Amino acid sequence: MSDFHTLSLSDLAGLLQAGEVSSQQLTEYFLARIKQYDDQLNSFITVAEQQAMQAAEAADVRLKNGHTDALCGVPFAHKDIFCSEGLRTSCGSKMLDNFISPYDATVVHQLKQAGAVMLGKTNMDEFAMGSSNETSYYGVVRNPWNLDCVPGGSSGGSAASVAARIIPAATGTDTGGSIRQPAALCGITGIKPTYGTVSRYGMIAFASSLDQAGPMAQSAEDCALLLNVMTGFDEKDSTSLERDKEDYTHALNLPLRGLRIGLPKEFFAEGMNVAVDAVIQQALQQYKAMGAELVDIELPNSHLSVPVYYVVAPAECSANLSRFDGVRYGYRCEHPENLTDLYERSRGEGFGAEVKRRIMVGTYALSAGYYDAYYLKAQQLRHLISDDFKQAFETVDVIMGPTTPGTAFRIGEKSDDPISMYLSDIYTIAVNLAGLPGMSIPAGFANNMPVGLQIIGNYFDESRLLNVAHQYQQGTDWHMRIPKGFE
Amino acid sequence: MSLDADQVKKIAHLARLKIDDTDVPGYVTNLSNILEIFEQMRTIDTANVTPMSHPVEAVQRLRDDEVRETDQRDVFQALAPSTENGLYLVPRVIE
Amino acid sequence: MNYETVIGLEIHVQLATKSKIFSAASTAYGAAPNTQACAVDLALPGVLPVLNKEAVHMATKFGLAIGAEVAPRSVFARKNYFYPDLPKGYQISQFELPIVGTGHLDIELKGGETKRIGVTRAHLEEDAGKSLHEDFAGMTGIDLNRAGTPLLEVVSEPDMRSAEEAVAYMKKMHALVTYLEICDGNMQEGSFRCDANVSVRPVGQAEFGARAEIKNINSFRFVERAINYEVERQIDLIEEGGVVVQETRLYDADRDETRSMRSKEEANDYRYFPDPDLLPVVISAEYLEQVRAELPELPEEKKQRYIDTFGLSPYDAAGLTASRELADYFETVIEKTGDVRLSANWISGEMSARLNKDDLSIAESKVSAEAFAGLLLRIKDNTISGKIAKEVFEAMWNGEGSADAVIEVKGLKQITDTGAIESMVDEVIANNAGQFAELKSGKDKLMGFFVGQVLKASKGKANPAQVNELIRKKLQD
Repeated sequence: MSDFHTLSLSDLAGLLQAGEVSSQQLTEYFLARIKQYDDQLNSFITVAEQQAMQAAEAADVRLKNGHTDALCGVPFAHKDIFCSEGLRTSCGSKMLDNFISPYDATVVHQLKQAGAVMLGKTNMDEFAMGSSNETSYYGVVRNPWNLDCVPGGSSGGSAASVAARIIPAATGTDTGGSIRQPAALCGITGIKPTYGTVSRYGMIAFASSLDQAGPMAQSAEDCALLLNVMTGFDEKDSTSLERDKEDYTHALNLPLRGLRIGLPKEFFAEGMNVAVDAVIQQALQQYKAMGAELVDIELPNSHLSVPVYYVVAPAECSANLSRFDGVRYGYRCEHPENLTDLYERSRGEGFGAEVKRRIMVGTYALSAGYYDAYYLKAQQLRHLISDDFKQAFETVDVIMGPTTPGTAFRIGEKSDDPISMYLSDIYTIAVNLAGLPGMSIPAGFANNMPVGLQIIGNYFDESRLLNVAHQYQQGTDWHMRIPKGFE
Repeated sequence: MSLDADQVKKIAHLARLKIDDTDVPGYVTNLSNILEIFEQMRTIDTANVTPMSHPVEAVQRLRDDEVRETDQRDVFQALAPSTENGLYLVPRVIE
Repeated sequence: MNYETVIGLEIHVQLATKSKIFSAASTAYGAAPNTQACAVDLALPGVLPVLNKEAVHMATKFGLAIGAEVAPRSVFARKNYFYPDLPKGYQISQFELPIVGTGHLDIELKGGETKRIGVTRAHLEEDAGKSLHEDFAGMTGIDLNRAGTPLLEVVSEPDMRSAEEAVAYMKKMHALVTYLEICDGNMQEGSFRCDANVSVRPVGQAEFGARAEIKNINSFRFVERAINYEVERQIDLIEEGGVVVQETRLYDADRDETRSMRSKEEANDYRYFPDPDLLPVVISAEYLEQVRAELPELPEEKKQRYIDTFGLSPYDAAGLTASRELADYFETVIEKTGDVRLSANWISGEMSARLNKDDLSIAESKVSAEAFAGLLLRIKDNTISGKIAKEVFEAMWNGEGSADAVIEVKGLKQITDTGAIESMVDEVIANNAGQFAELKSGKDKLMGFFVGQVLKASKGKANPAQVNELIRKKLQD
């Protein structure tokens, strides 16, 4: 067999369960693809060949013994933000280049328990701060659809590797769009669940009240399988919600007749690329053809999402990143003269420019005399933004729009202009501020680059989002396209 | 709202970040531009709006008072840049 | 000019939980460095805090005990600053919404009157680790075992006007938290320590003077000394035309002085904000009632009971309820002897004096409550006199056994044989015939002399009342 990469995670799982292929075969196959293609993409920071082969061997034993966990033996990769015992966990930063995690994140543990085989850790923007993967200490990741373009960020390595089919699926994290935006720019499917659904324990924090992990894969069905394993209450995370386990595949095949789709006029306003708009309109027509109803709605405060997000996230990150001080682990500068020098140089040299920029913005927003005008104000506006969604969901079932205003931009195009970079998150960040689930699915191409359709659901409505996405993917093949050179 | 070089240096120190002098002007520009977009927030009256710290309404869960951790000092200190006799070492702290 | 001293205290009460406030590592004191610092305490990347139920329970007990409102909703905040004993670079504390609101504590002043000291608030927070400055050739060693130990920081109003009042308040607070069993009260180990805010102002001036915050005082004696030194320093400074500046100072017990802490000079900007890793702590009315029902008898209530049912003076009652251990000791002794007055006198008298002499607390007494009651029973049944009892007590203190054993071995049993005493009386009269004649002619003052002589002859073993009676009988012969 030589085309495992064209199969979905669900297909591979089926072959494994049927005994038609072994986990070791699949693991070797995808490790070989990483070796063959990742020089072009730079989507991996660490490839854990030995660990992967051991895990595959163990999975094969379990499979032989009749183990029926859906993901047993399936290869995948983790974003390098999840602590994985015995492996470097860098978070894309020089600060943690030497950090071998002594423990597993809950998400890592869950996938291990399920028998999934982790092949390595994917590249990402440093500490998940970026929308292009250009801030990584390990270098930029390239978009497999056009190697001169960015894959999006911060989960750029996960998105590019899944898009290029060098891995069937990967985990990601989404603080302001870091799953959905790269999924859109690379033409794959990704879902950010409701805040509190996936444990944050062991996931290196960027902005604690916004961060949420989720799967990135070829299809909604694959995402549902991964979500079944990744979600669940974790007593180690105070913000983890105590809810019953849910089977996210159960609603995939429900018909969409009567589905009410809200279209926020703010998401279709000026600034949007015409070609992107055309793709989104076509997708909406398709939904209409499936029996859905399109409803115009308003999210009147959504234009404030960018300033609110860029106050809240940096404020939280300014404290979250204080622990990186060169004392107990991570980078320490050479020959510190005194304690202040140890702190300032370890942090000054260990962090890249964007991380420093955000820490400074957050420090400023929280400092004496500015707290009320920035941080408190942003928290109040966050309430209004959130209320807009609550109101919208009283009349519609899901909300749709473009995931990003444009397609993948060229490497270097925005790296010197933080503001224009920040604006590429304009449609995704409100969802994090409200804590809602959101996903991006491939909806076509504009100028030969993938376009993502964003679907936003009400709290805990992941199953419905996956159903809505799956039904679309039953009638389209955008999610099955493989970039040239990686077939 | 814009910042000057001294303010940027002060913030950098508060955050314990060494910034090269040559990089200061770049940070002044970038940070000032970011503060500029914050100005939009002023246009909305939020006098009676409760600040929202968490996206989901929930209350703090409490953990039973049990010791469940064991000594892992050797594992943890293998990660440290400098230790002696089980202590983490830093340049002398003056009180 | 006359000055008035104004003092407010921030007392740090280490809560006696088994595990830390946000992690499941042990809080036991004295372990090898960093062996009780788990991943959460070390602030490894990705770790998260989960709140200890017992810390909330203890804070609630405290709030109820000082008559404060326990907040139905309180919030943890991050207090940001860099220090090597603070692994996260922020301390999880409470800022705008503390768990315990305004309450009060009454202290007894010398004159017997009481004074109410206001408690502004009390909030939960985590302790920091320890910095060790010796032995590392220009380096400081960091031990994070203490990092994450739960603290209740109790902030008083600036209601105290002298070092004595501050000590009385601190002692009262110490008694309260140990009564409540929320703190082991061990001050050497730092379980109970305070920062003192001290200022002076000319008598009659309404506004407060600039205050100095004296950090980390861990004994009652040092609080008194540090405040007295600081008051004098501030007055001298003003008298010399200087100005007191608001600053943080450190008390140096060896030199008995306070000095400015340069490291804290830099203006702090703690950038408090609600900790997004923790959710609001909600305390229901039902929970409050449940905790209220399980509160032990508090010092004030106990004191009142001693006055009402034992007939003790307020002064004695306050003394005997000063600590839970002392009150427990007292009640055990009463139970065994059935004599409140005798028990109270001996505990407030001999026992207290002996403890003071050796600088021990009642819990460290060399004589247990049961053994002490055994001694008092021998006084009560006239086996020994009060004077001999003191000798027996000293022997017991020195480990020579029970009261009965000491009395037996040393032959201290009181002589009750009338014939034996009478012959001693006769002998004393014979040896002091002149004085006896004077006594007979009405010089009553000599009575004491004769009783004393007889007791001396009996080596203290004669019963004074019996001796007295026999001498009077001789006078009538």
